[in-house]
Amino acid sequence: MINPRKLLAFATVLTVHLAFGSATSMAQDRFIIVQSTTSTENSGLLDTILPAFTDKSGIEVRVVAVGTGQAIKNAENGDGDVLLVHAKLAEEEFVADGWGVKRFDVMYNDFVVVGPEDDPAGIAGSRDAVAALRKIAESEAPFASRGDDSGTNKAELGLWKEAGIDVRSASGGWYRETGSGMGATLNTGTGMGAYVLTDRATWISFGNKENHRVLVEGDPKLFNQYGVILVNPDKHSNVKAEEGQAFIDWLTGSEGQAAIADFTIDGKQLFFPNAQ
Amino acid sequence: MHDFASSLSLAVNLILSGDAELWSIVLLSLRVSLTAVAVAAVIGMPVGAALAVGRFAGRRALIVLMNALMGLPPVVVGLMVYLMLSNSGPLGVLQLLYTPTAMIIAQVVLVTPIVAALTRQVVEDIDAEYAEQLRSIGVSRLASVPTLLWDGRTSLLTAVLAGFGRATAEVGAVIIVGGNINHVTRVMTTTIALETSKGNLALALALGAILMLIAISVNAAVGLLGATSERAAHA
Amino acid sequence: MPDTTIAHSFDESHIAQAERSVASHTDSILPVSVTDLAFTADGKRLVYIDRLTLRAGGSTIIMGPNGAGKSLLLRLLHGLIGASEGTVLFNSQPMSARVRRRQAMVFQRPVVLRRSVRANIDYALSAHGYRGLNRRERLRDLLEMGELADMARQRARTLSGGEQQRLALVRAVAASPDLLFLDEPTSSLDPASTHRIEALIRRFAEEGTKIVMVTHDLGQARRLADEIVFMHHGKVTEQTPANVFFDRPSSPAARDFITGGLLV
Repeated sequence: MINPRKLLAFATVLTVHLAFGSATSMAQDRFIIVQSTTSTENSGLLDTILPAFTDKSGIEVRVVAVGTGQAIKNAENGDGDVLLVHAKLAEEEFVADGWGVKRFDVMYNDFVVVGPEDDPAGIAGSRDAVAALRKIAESEAPFASRGDDSGTNKAELGLWKEAGIDVRSASGGWYRETGSGMGATLNTGTGMGAYVLTDRATWISFGNKENHRVLVEGDPKLFNQYGVILVNPDKHSNVKAEEGQAFIDWLTGSEGQAAIADFTIDGKQLFFPNAQ
Repeated sequence: MHDFASSLSLAVNLILSGDAELWSIVLLSLRVSLTAVAVAAVIGMPVGAALAVGRFAGRRALIVLMNALMGLPPVVVGLMVYLMLSNSGPLGVLQLLYTPTAMIIAQVVLVTPIVAALTRQVVEDIDAEYAEQLRSIGVSRLASVPTLLWDGRTSLLTAVLAGFGRATAEVGAVIIVGGNINHVTRVMTTTIALETSKGNLALALALGAILMLIAISVNAAVGLLGATSERAAHA
Repeated sequence: MPDTTIAHSFDESHIAQAERSVASHTDSILPVSVTDLAFTADGKRLVYIDRLTLRAGGSTIIMGPNGAGKSLLLRLLHGLIGASEGTVLFNSQPMSARVRRRQAMVFQRPVVLRRSVRANIDYALSAHGYRGLNRRERLRDLLEMGELADMARQRARTLSGGEQQRLALVRAVAASPDLLFLDEPTSSLDPASTHRIEALIRRFAEEGTKIVMVTHDLGQARRLADEIVFMHHGKVTEQTPANVFFDRPSSPAARDFITGGLLV
C-alpha cells in the first residue's frame, strides 16, 4: 500500500525541484548569444570548436541556429550579440544600415548540387553550375529549394537568375520550395528524388542521403563565404560588446582559424578558414 | 523501413546507457512543461470556473475566445512571445529571451486556454447538477467554486493532462523563444527537430519513443496520484 | 447549555431537543406567510398565490395535477428562484442568511456530492458552522438516523437510489431546520425504499420540523398529511385539514383529482 502523504510529499519535492532546479547550472555566468545558420550548427562545427574558446575566455557561447534571413532579423532586434552567417551582400547591408559594427571574413566552404543517382537531367560530373541548372529546368526534373531567404537560398536564386530561368513560374511544378531549413529540404529532396543545392558541410554530415550523391561541384560560382559581425551596441544597449568582440577576435585569430581547419567529418575538412 | 527497427534498439540503448546529455534534455523538458502546466492550472482553473459560474457582460465572448485560443498554432504563440520578449519588444528589459523561462511563458500561453476551457465545461456540468442544492445549504455562488472544482477533480486531472500533452509535444513555440541552445534551452522536441534536420532519422525517432515513454510515465504517475488521493478523500 | 450526556441518551426526542438548542436556535421562522406571490415567465403567469399561511407543526402536503406549479411554489418559498411579485415572510422576517439556515430542501432526484457518504453530511455541517466535537457527534447521529453508518466511507454515488435519498434527507436536517421542503422525494423509488423515507419524514415531523412536501402519490398523502394544499393552474384552490380534504373536497378540481379524473 502506498502512503498517499508520502506520495504527495514526493510529488511536491519533485515539482519544486523541476521548477527551480538548476538545469542551467552547467551554464556560465558570462555568455553571449550568437545568431547563426543551420549549416554551422547541423555540421557540428560550433559544438566542436566552441569549448576551446569557453575554456580560455570563461565566456559561454549560446548558439541560436536559424536561416540567415531570420538570424539577421533577430540580430536587428537586438536578440543576439554576434551574427555568424553566409550571405555577404546581406551582411554588408546589415553593417551599412548601422545594425552591425564591422564585418570580418571567417571561413568558406562551397555549395554542391546533389541529386538522384539516375540523374534524369544528365548533369553528373559538370563543373558549370549555371549550365547544370539550365539542364534541370529544360528536363523539368524536380528541384527542391529552401525557399526561406537563407544564405543558401540567396545563392541558389542568384544562379537561377544567371541561367536566365524564372523559377517563380515553375513553382509548384518541377520547382519546389520547402520553406524550411537545409536539413529539412534535403530530407524532402531525397524523399522525392529531387535535385538540391546544399552547402557541402551539411551534406557531408547529413545522415539520410538515400541514393543521392554530389553531381556538380568545383565551380567558383559555388563559393560560400561566412562572415562574422558584432551587433551594434549603439543600437541595442544589451549587446555584450566586450565579450562578443573577444569571440570574434578568437574566431578570426590563429587559434580559431586552426580549430576550423582541424574540424573534419569522415576525414574530410568541411570549412576552410580565410580570415584576413 | 529499417529506421523503425534501428531506432527502437537505439532508444533502448540510449535509455540503458544513462547518457548524461539525454538526461539533462529530458529533465529540462519536464521542468519546462510541468512548470508551465502548473502555472496554467493556477490561472486556467479559476478563469474556467469563473466563466462557468459567473454571470457578467462579455462572458459569452470570452468563452468563444477561450475555445478559439485552444487551436492557436504554437508557431504563432512562439512568435507573439518572441516579439514581447525580444530586446526590441516591450518586455526586452527582462532579458528572458532564449531562456527556459521564455519557453515556460510560451507553453503557459498554449496550455492555459485548454485548462480554462475544459475546466469551464467540467464546472458548468457539475454546477447544473449542484446549483440548487448548494444554494439550499446556503453556499453562495462564489463559495461554491471550490466545491465544484474539488468534485470535478477527476475530470480536471484529465484537463491538466491534456494541457501537459500539448506542452510536451509542441516544438514550434519553444524553438522560437528558446532558440534550441545546446545545454541551455534544448528540450526533447527541439532535439528531435534538430536530429531530423541533420537527417539522423533513426535517432530522432528514438528520441520520439523516449518522449512518448515520458508522457506515459507522467500520465500513469498522475493517475496513481489521483487514485490515491481519491482513496484518501474517502477515508 | 444542555448537558451533553442528554444527547447520548436513547430518548430520540431529547436528542432533537438538545441539538435544537445547540444549533444557534433563536426565534422560529414559522409561520410562513405568502402575500400576492407571482412568478411570470415569457409573459405567462405560472404561479399566483394571493394568500397562503403555513403554520408550525404537522405536515402540509401540496397536491395537484401536472403543471399546477407545485415544484415552482416550493422553489419560490425556499428562495431558489426569485418571485416576480409579492412577498414571502418567515415569522414576519424576509429571507435572510439566518432564515435560510433554518430551512432545507430535498429534491426529487437526490443531489449527492462526488464524495463519501460522511463527507456529504460533513459538508452541510461545515456550511452550517458546526465545528469540532459537536460536528463529529452530530455526524455520527445523522449517519445512524439515516441507517447509513455501515456505508459511511463509501462513495455516495455508488449508493442505491433509496440510500441516496436517505442521505439527502439526513443531510438536509443536519442543522435541525424549522422547515423542510420536499419535492416528490419518493417518486422514483421502490415501495420498500419509499417506506423507509416516509418513516424518516414522520420522525422529523414528530421532532418538530415543519414538513412541506409535494407528492403525486395519494396513498402517501393520506399516510403523511395533516393538511393539504391543493393547486390548480398556478393557484391554491384549497387549504384544508387532510381528513376533510379526502372526505369532502370542496373544489370540483380536487374532487376530480382524487377520483383520478383530473390529470392536467
